[in-house]
Amino acid sequence: MATRTVVNLGELERAIMDVIWDATAPLAATDLREQLKASAPGGKEPAITTVMTVLSRLEAKGFVVRDRDARPHLYSATMTREDHVAELMHEVLGSASDRDAVLARFVGQVTPHEAERLRRLLDA
Amino acid sequence: MLTVAVALALFAFALAWPVPVALARAAWPRRMPGAALVLWQAIALAGGLSMIGSLLVFGLIPFGADLPDAAGAFGSDLFAGRLPHDANFFQMFALAGAVLLGVHLLLNLVRTAWRAERQRRHHVQLLHLLSDPMPDSPGTRVIDHATPIAYCLPGAPRAVTVLSAGLLELLSDEELAAVVAHERAHVTQHHNILLVAFSAWRSALPWFPIATRAHEAVGLLIELLADDQARRTVSGRDLSRAVARVALAAAPQTDTGTGVGSRGSGARAGVKPVGAAVGAGASATARGAVSSPRFGDPGFGAAPAAPTEWADARIARLTQLPIAHVPALRLSVLAASIALVALPTLMLLSPAVR
Repeated sequence: MATRTVVNLGELERAIMDVIWDATAPLAATDLREQLKASAPGGKEPAITTVMTVLSRLEAKGFVVRDRDARPHLYSATMTREDHVAELMHEVLGSASDRDAVLARFVGQVTPHEAERLRRLLDA
Repeated sequence: MLTVAVALALFAFALAWPVPVALARAAWPRRMPGAALVLWQAIALAGGLSMIGSLLVFGLIPFGADLPDAAGAFGSDLFAGRLPHDANFFQMFALAGAVLLGVHLLLNLVRTAWRAERQRRHHVQLLHLLSDPMPDSPGTRVIDHATPIAYCLPGAPRAVTVLSAGLLELLSDEELAAVVAHERAHVTQHHNILLVAFSAWRSALPWFPIATRAHEAVGLLIELLADDQARRTVSGRDLSRAVARVALAAAPQTDTGTGVGSRGSGARAGVKPVGAAVGAGASATARGAVSSPRFGDPGFGAAPAAPTEWADARIARLTQLPIAHVPALRLSVLAASIALVALPTLMLLSPAVR
């Protein structure tokens, strides 16, 4: 049981984030679990403690905020999926120092002059 | 001691200016990127060694006849809290300078490596929430974004190659395989370590144009090496066409974009929904907007092999006939690299002529 949980934790993080991102309003953990069950292929739902654990992890990583005044606690995303994708892309395409972490983009910017030559190459 | 200090200073100067300038302008590194990379590392190492060594030797003149001797005497004097009678301020300044420079370079390396690792982890976390594994291609993930890009992330638990949906849309299967082979080569050859080291040197010495030049040159050489490695399994034609296509899709056609144009909420379903809507214009907008800071970076303008010319350099190589290997030239470059590091080391450690 324990090993299976560990193996699936990453996937579960994704599944939970997808539910939260697609939701129109903040969700309680139990609602989340219900929706996970609906979207999972086998209709199997994770234990509620597992869901809570993953939510805490996501909160610690800054992807999710928890409304502690609500009963039960309500969870919502800190940023939309699109904003996160934009952030990711900015790290890849952004300033030079980012190359340290995000190694070696396949090919970078070209000058207009160079672009002309590249077009001729592709037409050849 | 004074002779050694002056000789090291001259050597450091040569390695800081004429030698790297000549190397950055030379044409042969593009034919032998591996050997050229070794030479760049030797220049950086020998340059740092002779710069610090020169200050150290000058500062230790009053303490002994040669460096090992003087270092021992300095240690005991330091503990006793006294200075030799003929010690002067210039020598003490030089000593302090040597220590500061050494610590500065070392701390910068640690800081750069640490920041890179932190960025990488953050990026991996995001990536795993936002991308799908590519079927039939282990270690490859696809992110649902219109801009055609490919890159690789090094490191634990395993390296990952990331392709965008825009890239899958743009390239044929063969061209895509060429891109993946290129990115894999970066990972297997551990190019990220080189980039971190040279980037640390650059950030440690921002007033030092050569450090910028070296970082740029190394960046291009790494791409050439990865191309060479990829060409063992894929055709140079496919790889060069992939380079041309991706570069063209990224060509700045408009600067009016306001941000990264990411896709709508169907993202999770993965690659397919992007296809129909993505045109070259859309991706160029996204790229144009995001990449403009690159041009604002003053470090890039001066370097002879600015990233804007990389695609051209790579395609020129890829479309040429197989590169003729000149073992004699390669050997002499490697020998020169060893000599560059050995010379200051020997000067520092050799006993005084009495």
